[in-house]
Amino acid sequence: MKTTRRQFLQGAMAGGAALTLGATPPEAQARPNLTMPPKALGLLYDSTLCIGCKACVAACKESNGLPPEFSTEDHLWDTAKDLSGKTKNVIKMYKDGNGTQKDRETDGYAFIKHSCLHCVDPSCVSACPVSAMQKDPVTGIVSYDEKSCIGCRYCVVACPFGVPRFQYDTPFPKIVKCELCNHLKTGDKYQYSACAQVCPTGATLYGPTDLLMQEAKRRVALKPGAISKFERGQIGSGNTHETVVKAQYLPRIYGDHELGGTQVLKISAVPMEKLGMPELPERSFASISETLQHSLYGWLAFPAVVLGGLVIAAKRTSRPDDEDKV
Amino acid sequence: MSSHAEKTVPLGGPLITPVTLTLAALTGIAAVILLIRFIFGIGAVTNVNDGYSWGIWVVYDVMAGSAFACGGYAIALMVYIFNKGEYHPLVRPALLGSLFGYTLAGASVIFDLGRYWNTWHIFMPPWAQVNSVMFEVAVCITLYIGVMWIEFSPAFLERFGRKDLKQKLSKWMFLFIGLGVLLPSMHQSSLGSLLIVFGTQINPLWQTLMLPAIFLMTAITVGYAVVIFESCLSASGFKRPFELDLITRLSKVMWGFLVVYLVMRSVDLTWRGAWGEAFKFNVMALCFWIEMMGFILPVILLAKPANRRRPDRLLISAVSLIVGTLMLRLNGFLIGYNTGPGWYYFPSLPELLVTIGIIAAEILGYIVLVRWLPILPKVEPAKTAR
Ligand code: SF4
Ligand code: SF4
Ligand code: SF4
Repeated sequence: MKTTRRQFLQGAMAGGAALTLGATPPEAQARPNLTMPPKALGLLYDSTLCIGCKACVAACKESNGLPPEFSTEDHLWDTAKDLSGKTKNVIKMYKDGNGTQKDRETDGYAFIKHSCLHCVDPSCVSACPVSAMQKDPVTGIVSYDEKSCIGCRYCVVACPFGVPRFQYDTPFPKIVKCELCNHLKTGDKYQYSACAQVCPTGATLYGPTDLLMQEAKRRVALKPGAISKFERGQIGSGNTHETVVKAQYLPRIYGDHELGGTQVLKISAVPMEKLGMPELPERSFASISETLQHSLYGWLAFPAVVLGGLVIAAKRTSRPDDEDKV
Repeated sequence: MSSHAEKTVPLGGPLITPVTLTLAALTGIAAVILLIRFIFGIGAVTNVNDGYSWGIWVVYDVMAGSAFACGGYAIALMVYIFNKGEYHPLVRPALLGSLFGYTLAGASVIFDLGRYWNTWHIFMPPWAQVNSVMFEVAVCITLYIGVMWIEFSPAFLERFGRKDLKQKLSKWMFLFIGLGVLLPSMHQSSLGSLLIVFGTQINPLWQTLMLPAIFLMTAITVGYAVVIFESCLSASGFKRPFELDLITRLSKVMWGFLVVYLVMRSVDLTWRGAWGEAFKFNVMALCFWIEMMGFILPVILLAKPANRRRPDRLLISAVSLIVGTLMLRLNGFLIGYNTGPGWYYFPSLPELLVTIGIIAAEILGYIVLVRWLPILPKVEPAKTAR
């Protein structure tokens, strides 16, 4: 079993190269982006209609039984500054320069709603090792089940929108994220997404994502000065108000392609990245990750072959007959 | 383990020394902090937040800790796969280091899991979610810990005089040896794959489909580095002769792996056009170069075969590799992770003390076991200084 240095190094290099190749996925069994579920439900958030009243924030707390969160001295109002283990929905404000005019990028201000986007191909669902995050095959609502969750927080770090939040201040923590109010029952105070139900201007609108998309397209095509009807609550409610379009909508509908699309759509007059929405590619991160995993471990074929090789090699080097010399 | 072996014997000697007492104290402090964590929640003792929800308890204790515990894996790879029986004296000590490293990395996961009482869900349908990289990591690490205890059991069986059992086991050992190489290959690479789903939140210096290969190669090279490091320490700590011949040849293998790694890493960065990030004036670029130097330095230091016989060079190379490997994991999961403005994370003192306590527990366990079980090769009286 003598080896020269040269053979030895060659062996090491070959071994290294083999391992590198082994851990490099073949592109074959690509798992494409998931597609929009047949009866996808979601929200449309229209930044230009939002008046920053935060009725939706309060209603979300009430509907979900979440406690208030204080950021002022006197601890009188629920003043959540961000999503958290106590807050599933916040309205944040963008401000530039003297911040005088609504929906203007320079020297103006604008609002943005932060809550789960109910991704078509959600990173949180792909990440979760125990199926605690699930996407409903029909409505596409991404829900969370605390009874399954192990609290690993892979969903928290993986979600590109920073949506799932964890409770750090209790020995029995859970993940908190918007589940599109899918817990509501007939007879409850709220009958569908509370944030949409209370929104006075139709800035947050609930409904099937395809109809929301139509409405979003209609709205972004409106010109300033035009008079238009806006629906409130949910699509098809017939509860409308008429108003003059004051801002110039940007043509972009956020959520139409980001990571393969989201069921919550957002439109605005100030660019989305200014409002804190990340720029994201069309190919979902979940599909990239799962393609890799499936290529390496699909049906455990690759590991089985490697194990076979290893066992033969091990058997060759360790003969049971000389076990006494261990 | 079997074949080609020199005789291994318990080291004997005192168990209560200033060193072991200090280690025990550090372990105790960590235990108290963990008690607070289990009563008041993770936030009571750590600085993790929703922007950086994984702190050092994950990134150091599990990611780096398990890589540093790859000595057993890296040696097994060489002994059994490359058919290098002469490394056998290194097997048991390395395996013991791995056993402790992994068992503690596995156990420390529990400290960080918010809903740890549900941990078993990972292994059970209907919960088990096979598309999750975390699932693969958890299953392979758990299995590997079990496999290592089996691989290691001959030492216990010897101590308890169960030759019969040992004999039966040795007939099947080749299977566990095979698994003992396959499983770490799977989960060490998957520790890198964990980052893929983070997508563009990770700086392009660390976001690549080569992550599994990058993490695997560094786990193997650091496995050798840790064996070299341990040999140096146990040579001075237990006053045993330094196994220079073996270490020299081992460093050769390590050097080969390192060259392959650096070529692969550079080609990947070039292929994706990510080098620009490395020349920006920011913390990420700085940390990238610290990481890279950790791997480049040993390649330079050990390039000349003669240098592989110099304990100082070997030790510096090993330490440098350990730093590089640690930096790669910190870079990928913390420094290169941008989760939006307004977030900040640096571990709290109690958080650090838990990590230190875990390391202390590991060293303490190692000392106790080598003194008590037949692990280190027997030293001929003539050769030893004791
Ligand atoms: S926004 Fe985040 S939490 Fe919501 S579905 Fe997408 S990945 Fe999951
Ligand atoms: S924290 Fe819970 S829901 Fe999130 S990934 Fe882990 S187990 Fe799944
Ligand atoms: S849908 Fe329900 S949970 Fe989600 S933001 Fe609106 S009110 Fe909150």
